[in-house]
Amino acid sequence: MSGIPHDHYEPKSGLEKWLDERLPIVGLMYSTLMIPTPRNLNWMWIWGIVLAFCLVLQIVTGIVLAMHYTPHVDQAFASIEHIMRDVNGGHFLRYLHMNGGSLFFFAVYLHIFRGLYYGSYKAPREITWIIGMLIYLMMMGTAFMGYVLPWGQMSFWGATVITGLFGAIPFIGESIQTWLLGGPAVDNATLNRFFSLHYLLPFVIAALVALHIWAFHTTGNSNPTGVEVRRGSKAEAQKDTVSFWPYFVVKDLFALAVILVVFFAIVGFMPNYLGHPDNYIEANPLVTPAHIVPEWYFLPFYAILRAFTADVWVVMVASWITGGIINAKFFGVLAMFGAIAVMALVPWLDTSRVRSGRFRPMFKWWFALLAIDFVVLTWCGAQPAEPPYSIISLIASAYWFAYFLVILPLLGVFEKPDPQPETIEDDFNAHYGPSETPAE
Amino acid sequence: MFKKFSIATLTALTLSAAGAMASESGKIHDVPFSFEGPFGKFDQNQLQRGLQIYTEVCASCHGMQYVPLRTLSDAGGPQLSEDQMRAYAEQNIEVFDPELDDTRPGKPTDHFPVSGDENAPDLSLMAKKRAGFHGPYGTGMSQLFRGMGGPEYIVAILTGYEEPPECAPEDFDGNYNTAFAPGGYPDECKIYEETEIEVVQEDGSIKTKIEKREIGRMAPGSWIGMPQPLFGEDVEFANGHSNELHHEAEDIAAFLMWTAEPKMMARKQAGLVGVLFLTLLSVLLYLTNKRIWAPLKGKGHKAG
Repeated sequence: MSGIPHDHYEPKSGLEKWLDERLPIVGLMYSTLMIPTPRNLNWMWIWGIVLAFCLVLQIVTGIVLAMHYTPHVDQAFASIEHIMRDVNGGHFLRYLHMNGGSLFFFAVYLHIFRGLYYGSYKAPREITWIIGMLIYLMMMGTAFMGYVLPWGQMSFWGATVITGLFGAIPFIGESIQTWLLGGPAVDNATLNRFFSLHYLLPFVIAALVALHIWAFHTTGNSNPTGVEVRRGSKAEAQKDTVSFWPYFVVKDLFALAVILVVFFAIVGFMPNYLGHPDNYIEANPLVTPAHIVPEWYFLPFYAILRAFTADVWVVMVASWITGGIINAKFFGVLAMFGAIAVMALVPWLDTSRVRSGRFRPMFKWWFALLAIDFVVLTWCGAQPAEPPYSIISLIASAYWFAYFLVILPLLGVFEKPDPQPETIEDDFNAHYGPSETPAE
Repeated sequence: MFKKFSIATLTALTLSAAGAMASESGKIHDVPFSFEGPFGKFDQNQLQRGLQIYTEVCASCHGMQYVPLRTLSDAGGPQLSEDQMRAYAEQNIEVFDPELDDTRPGKPTDHFPVSGDENAPDLSLMAKKRAGFHGPYGTGMSQLFRGMGGPEYIVAILTGYEEPPECAPEDFDGNYNTAFAPGGYPDECKIYEETEIEVVQEDGSIKTKIEKREIGRMAPGSWIGMPQPLFGEDVEFANGHSNELHHEAEDIAAFLMWTAEPKMMARKQAGLVGVLFLTLLSVLLYLTNKRIWAPLKGKGHKAG
C-alpha cells in the first residue's frame, strides 16, 4: 500500500498461501501495521491514535446507551435518568460518552493544528486533508445531534437555534429547516431523526477514517521537518524510517494512557464540568434559557456566526450588492461555514514550497497568532453578544479569514525560508546522535 | 510536560464556557460538604436528616419524580434498612394505582411523587440544574475539589431570606431573597442613569427625551415565589442533632445532591481505580517505549 519501499508479507505455510490467494487480508494488515514511519515524529503525532480510540469509545458506549434510551419527547429525559440511576454502570457509561465527545474534539483540534503548523496538508497529502475535514464536519453533526438526545433545555434550544441557521438561507431556507426538523418546530420527529442519524454517522466516520488512513499510508506520513522519506531503495528508506509496529504503536499507546489518566479523573471526579447545568432541566418550549450556549467545541465557530451583525461594513456591502438577499443572519451562516471551508482549502491557499513551519520564520508568528485567535474565538463564543465581546469576535473572525485568504498566499511569496535538513536521518541524528539502524 | 500542556490547554479552552451564568447568581458561599473532592463521601446521617426535612417540609409542595423509593436503602445513599425503607414508603407516600382506580400506600418500586404544587419545581435534579459555581470561571472555585456548587446554591437560597430593602413597595409580589437572581425586582430599587437625548421631530423641531438605563441595584438578589420554607427548629431529629437554620439547609442540600447524583460514590471510586490503573499502565508503557527506542537513539542523546 505504501509508496515507501519496505518488506512485504510472505505467506509461508500452506494455509497462509491458500488464504492469501483468495483474500490477502493478512498481507493488508501486515502492510498497515509495518508501514515505514519517519523516525523523527514528535509528540504532536500521537493524536491520531487518541482519535481512533475516541471513535471506538463513543461507538461502544453509545451502542450500550442506545439499548436503554427512549427517543420520544415524553420519555427521553426520564430514560436518561433511568440510565443514570437504574442501569448497571449506566451512570459511568453515560459520563464516559458525554466527556468522550469532549476528548474527541480536544484531540481533533490539536490534530488539525498540528497539520496546519507542519504543513501536513501540502502535496501530495491534499486528499488526506480533505477527508480529514469531512470527518471533522461529520463529527460536528454527530455531536450536535447527540447533544439534543437528553432532551434538556440546552438540547432543545440548541437544536432550535442551530436548525434556525438553515432558515436564514434565502428563498429555500424555511423549506430546508422544516425538512430537517420534520415539522415546523423542534419536536418528536426531530428527536427521532436525530437519534437515527446520531447512530448512523459514527459508522460513516469510521469508513472515512479508513480512507484517511489509506490515503496517508499511500503518501507516507508527514513529519516535523517536512522533508520526504528517501525512496530510492529499501536500505535508504530504512535510514529515515522505522516500522509503525512496535516503535510508534508503543509510543502512541503511552501517550494515550497519559491522556486517559486525565480523562478518567474528569469523568470520575467532575463529569459535569464541561456540561451546562440547564441541560438537567427537561426541555420546555415555553421557557427560553437566559443564555443559549453550545458545547465548548462549537464555540469558535459560534463566535464567527454571531460576529457579523448588520452594522458591520462587509455585511452592509454584501447586502447592498445582493439587494438584501444576503442579510446579517445569512452572512453569519456563510461566515461560519466559510471558516471551515477556507481551512479545507488550505492545501491550495498556502503558496510556500516549504512544508514544515519549523523552517518558515515569518509563518511561525502568524501561526501562533492563529492558535491564539482560536482560543479567543472560543472564549468569545461563550460570552453574550454585546460590547466589548462583539468587537473582539469580529476582529478574531477577521483574522481567521485573513490568515487563510491573505497571509498564507502572500507568505509563500515574501518569506525567505530557513535551511532544511537534507534528510530525516540527519534531523533525527542531530537530536539523538548517530546510531546503528535497528536489527530488522 | 506533555500532560501539563494538555491540562492547561483544556482549561484554557473551557474556562469560559459557563462564565456568563455564574456571574448572575446572588451571593453564594462555599460550604465544605463531606462529598466534595475526589475522595468525598456522602454522610449517611446527614442524608437521613435531609430526608426527614424533605419529608416534613419540602414534600408538601415539591416532588422528586425521578427518585425510586427503593434507592433509599442503596449503598452510597441514606442507607435506610430494608424495613425502614418499606415503612417509609408505606407511611409517607400515596400512589394512584390505575388498576385499583384508587390510591394505595407506596411500595419500594414506586418513585417519589411529582410536585403537588405545579409551580414548585421537581427536586430530583435540583442540585445539578442550579450549579452555583459551574466551572472555575466566575467565582474562581475549583469544581474538582469543591463540587459544582449546586448544594451551595440550595443552602444560599434557603438561608437567603431577609427583610426586603426599604426601597421596595410593601405589596411587591414574592419574597425577597438575597441569593435568588432571576426573580422579579421592583423598579424602585434599581439605579438608573439618565441621559438626555435630542430627537429630531418630523417637522424639523428638536425635542429632548430622557433615556433611562439600569446601571445597578440597591440590594442583591431578587424576589422569589417560594415563601421562606425553613426558619430553624422546623424538624426534631431523633438523635438530637442541631436543627438550626444553617444546619437544616446544609442537610437538605446534601440530601438533594444525593437525589441528583445517587451514584456519586460509585463513580468516584471507579474514577479512582481508572486513574490508578492508567497511571501504572502509563509508567509501564513509558519504560517499554524507552527500551524499544534505546537502540535507535545514539549516545549523544540530549534530553528531550
